[in-house]
Amino acid sequence: MIISIASGKGGTGKTTVATNLALSIDSDVQLLDCDVEEPNAHLFIQPTFNHTETIYTPVPEVDQKKCNLCGKCNEICQFKAIVVIGETVLPFPELCHSCGGCMAVCPEDAITETGRELGIVQKGFCNGIQLIHGKLRIGEAMAPPLIRAVRAFTRPDQFTIIDAPPGTSCPVIAAMKDTDFVLLVTEPTPFGLNDLKLAVGAVKLLNIPAGLVINRSDIGDNKVQEYAREVDLPILMEIPFDRRIAEAYSRGEMIVEVLPEYKEKFHRLYHNIINLAG
Amino acid sequence: MKELVIISGKGGTGKTSLMASFASLAQDKVLCDADVDAADLHLITAPVVKERHDFQGGHTAAIRNDECTQCGLCQDLCRWDAVSDDFEVDYIACEGCGVCVYFCPEKAIDFPLDTCGEWFISETAFGPMVHARLGIAEENSGKLVSLVRQEARKIAQEKGLGLILTDGPPGVGCPVIAAIGGAAGVLIVTEPTVSGKHDMERVVLLAEHFKVPAMVCVNKFDLNLDQSQAIEEFAKSKNVSVLGRIPFDPIFTKSMVQGQTIFEYERQSEAGETVKQIWEKTRKILGFQ
Repeated sequence: MIISIASGKGGTGKTTVATNLALSIDSDVQLLDCDVEEPNAHLFIQPTFNHTETIYTPVPEVDQKKCNLCGKCNEICQFKAIVVIGETVLPFPELCHSCGGCMAVCPEDAITETGRELGIVQKGFCNGIQLIHGKLRIGEAMAPPLIRAVRAFTRPDQFTIIDAPPGTSCPVIAAMKDTDFVLLVTEPTPFGLNDLKLAVGAVKLLNIPAGLVINRSDIGDNKVQEYAREVDLPILMEIPFDRRIAEAYSRGEMIVEVLPEYKEKFHRLYHNIINLAG
Repeated sequence: MKELVIISGKGGTGKTSLMASFASLAQDKVLCDADVDAADLHLITAPVVKERHDFQGGHTAAIRNDECTQCGLCQDLCRWDAVSDDFEVDYIACEGCGVCVYFCPEKAIDFPLDTCGEWFISETAFGPMVHARLGIAEENSGKLVSLVRQEARKIAQEKGLGLILTDGPPGVGCPVIAAIGGAAGVLIVTEPTVSGKHDMERVVLLAEHFKVPAMVCVNKFDLNLDQSQAIEEFAKSKNVSVLGRIPFDPIFTKSMVQGQTIFEYERQSEAGETVKQIWEKTRKILGFQ
């Protein structure tokens, strides 16, 4: 089973829930940190990474000798990533979406593919958790292909937790798509509620069963609870604000280690998810 | 005209709360919400929408089934597996590359422009504001970010306003890259946690990569003094100006619940004073009113 943890708004506690949940499950578990722009799970799980690989996306390379300047590549490219300027064809690899259209359309076979570095994927293990994360190269714009590279390591025989990025656009969808359950994490504030509604919209679009964790559940108002009832989103856990949790988090420590009573709560959360996901 | 963009790397460190506070302090400015994925600034500034526009970011393929001979070429060419076994295009998976459209031997694939969001020009008590809403699961957030920034610049020029205050998105990817290029400076709001520090370091490198001058301030600094210090030391080592520390103070949440800036909620507060000092330093560094 694969579950994803998402939120809409950033900083609501996705990684806290993902890592503590992973640590509270008795059997082996896989944690895929798909927030490749800003991966944080490793700061809490602290695995030794024993495997690192660089991930590339295909981009065109033009053999100017073969090119007859017909301009078909320029014409097919929707992303202005290959243009004819005077007597040369100039690819702009950083704009390329790797569709392969220019290569397919070139009548002279003048285009081959080389790679643009997206970032790295790393694998490590600690405390029964296999952690895999991606780290987007600084300056690289496109997170979704790197997210898909992280997800390629999913082992269907294990319980897999995906830590998704914030927002509701393509990177979130890449992390959430084809998971069996989405655990939404929010805080009871106007920003938390507004962004939760967007996240619920994404979950509905993908038609995945979902549940809610309300973090710092006593800091704002109760409109998130009211909204969850309105849309039949089950509230699976509430974590009240506790300065001890905030301070432990700041040091990279886990809630279940600092406040052991939470282990049972996260255990219950796990079983609730299993039941709801069917 | 100068633009200040507030970013953070990590989400939820207080970008929008700080931005709203700056909106009360700054003179003669345009507000711009470039977090088009999960925009929140409007919840504090209460914009009255004056203009509403569709945002068309890209195309999506659509197969006309009556003309399709199911030859399968589109499935072979599509690198996103967006064409199903029964020749329906999954519009979420479709990248909008148009390769299937180009090669379909029956010319049976349409390629309409998608309306994938909306953008607005509004009036607020703090001045004009440009903001947007990207449709759920949509791509092209970078394009929409560029568009709202461009519109904010137009308004600043038309009205003779010298400053654009832009609320940026979290992360270091496409929308952030679109949000910071050409800005006079970025202010990175971080928090003294292992994640806050890790993510701040990456976004400092991003600003450096795109040659945008960066400044940093630490929110909730008293949560972990060692981390606050480590963040400031890293910033200094990268020639990033350290503007100050904001204490952990429930006033930010309380004012947000009321839909107010911290200054509207309480004229005088400790957090408010530190925010004023940070604003003064930002103003001096970037040289605006």
